[in-house]
Amino acid sequence: MKRVFPILALLTAVLLSCALYEALVAAPTEQTMGNVQRIFYYHVPSAWTAFLLFFINFVCSIQYLVRPNPVADKLTNWTVIAIGIAACIAAFVIRPLPEGIEPSSVATTGLAIAGFYFLIRKCFSQPRTDALAVVTAEVGVVFCTVVLVTGPLWARPVWGIWWTWDVRLTSTLVLWLIYVSYLMLRRFSTSGQTPVLAAALAVFGALDVPLVYFSIWIFRTQHPQPVIGGGGSIDPRMLHVLLINWLAFLCFAALVCWSRYRLEILQREVEETQALEALLEPRSSR
Amino acid sequence: MSESSAVPSGVTGATLAKDLRLEWRSKDALNSMLFFSLLVVVVFSFSFDPNAEESRQIAGGLVWVAFLFAAVVALNQTWARELRNHVLDAYRVSPAPANSLFLAKASGNFIFVAVLEILMTPLFIMFYKLRALGPAWQLIPVAALGTWALVVNGTFFAAMSLRTRSREIMLPLLLFPVSIPALLAMVNATTAILTGELSAKFWIVLLSTYDVVFTIACLLLFELVLNAE
Amino acid sequence: MNFLYAAYTATWIIHITYLGTLVRRYHRLSGEIEELKKK
Repeated sequence: MKRVFPILALLTAVLLSCALYEALVAAPTEQTMGNVQRIFYYHVPSAWTAFLLFFINFVCSIQYLVRPNPVADKLTNWTVIAIGIAACIAAFVIRPLPEGIEPSSVATTGLAIAGFYFLIRKCFSQPRTDALAVVTAEVGVVFCTVVLVTGPLWARPVWGIWWTWDVRLTSTLVLWLIYVSYLMLRRFSTSGQTPVLAAALAVFGALDVPLVYFSIWIFRTQHPQPVIGGGGSIDPRMLHVLLINWLAFLCFAALVCWSRYRLEILQREVEETQALEALLEPRSSR
Repeated sequence: MSESSAVPSGVTGATLAKDLRLEWRSKDALNSMLFFSLLVVVVFSFSFDPNAEESRQIAGGLVWVAFLFAAVVALNQTWARELRNHVLDAYRVSPAPANSLFLAKASGNFIFVAVLEILMTPLFIMFYKLRALGPAWQLIPVAALGTWALVVNGTFFAAMSLRTRSREIMLPLLLFPVSIPALLAMVNATTAILTGELSAKFWIVLLSTYDVVFTIACLLLFELVLNAE
Repeated sequence: MNFLYAAYTATWIIHITYLGTLVRRYHRLSGEIEELKKK
């Protein structure tokens, strides 16, 4: 296991450099927006990575809440399996699908949700699930900050505005706010049950985001707004560069999460040892 | 552990009655809240002094922001009183289901904030020369659903922030992000009704959905929060 | 054009700042481990 980390680090460095070159030099220049469009290759992969990390946090939070209770645990397991199967069926049965959504992506998303859930369940024990939750929340906030900073920097030269309350931007901002409040709860909580409280907050946040998305989508259909980033087709060469950047950032995120996770586990061990020391000291001084 | 065989409605009713009685007798929280609400309305009126036409556009947002701040102060107050008298520990030990306590507290807060809103609204109408161009009766379900949305999450997060340092600031930090869809719906519904330009129906449906989803979530998770530490 | 470089630079500044905080926390933790070992 020890040797994987340096290899992954090297691989990530190589990928990131390649991706940077592709984004800045090799990718074709966009017709209407010009070179500024290249921000897209950093903005979108960061967003996808952040959402993936927050999703993992949600899964960890659910597991942390549900695992101690065998009934709830079984119920959740079956629900997740049902989601996976339902997604596969829905992908090929529901016609017509909303625009821009392929059947294969619906099925893959459903299976990925189930896959992630059971993978995390198998590999992480109850307390470690909580550690993973903290890690993914922190790194997710970092990536989300990148999204919220690069977004306006892209919007300003192209559309002349720094910000607009469209669906994607507002949902991302709300997601960022929710997870920053999650991290603040973790930091300021004096309870011994902080993981439980934080997990409850994460569940609230996860319920909130679809509502935000839906409410702003309704808002937008009532009041037409400038649309940031069209949902139309993308030049295959650009898609290629986008995917390379996404792969590079995923590896980078994995590295950062791994480091942060090791730090978190170490910190918890140190705290436990310190607590034990504090308990044992008065006795030894007698 | 909760035994759901205890009469839930009885416990809820009794707790609610107790809270209301306490509040009515002491009236100190109510008085300070009233004065605070008045100050908020006056300060807002200084800051934004529009004519009648513009005021209809922005009043929705202003009114709900004012109510939001008043609600946060009210929520902080209600749990603080419980802490002072170690009432929470008594609840934890009693066999009463946690849900009853939550419903009682949330209902009490709802009544409290609703009273504040009823008292603040005429002032707003006066200062901003408001007159609804759309169906004014729709403002009542909007106000009721919106207030419940703020109060149900607020009561839950107030209980959560009891176990944090900087208790008073944690509540708005936790509450505001999660309330954004509800706030959006409330503000847009109010503006739609005041200006009469659009239908508020979508927003009312969204508010109802928000209320149902989060009331269920709070009821499911409150026991964990109550028993924490 | 400037916006492009600003965006890329900002991205890396954010990431490097975060990694910096991780390194600092690790050093502090190492110090605490040393102290515990002495006991």
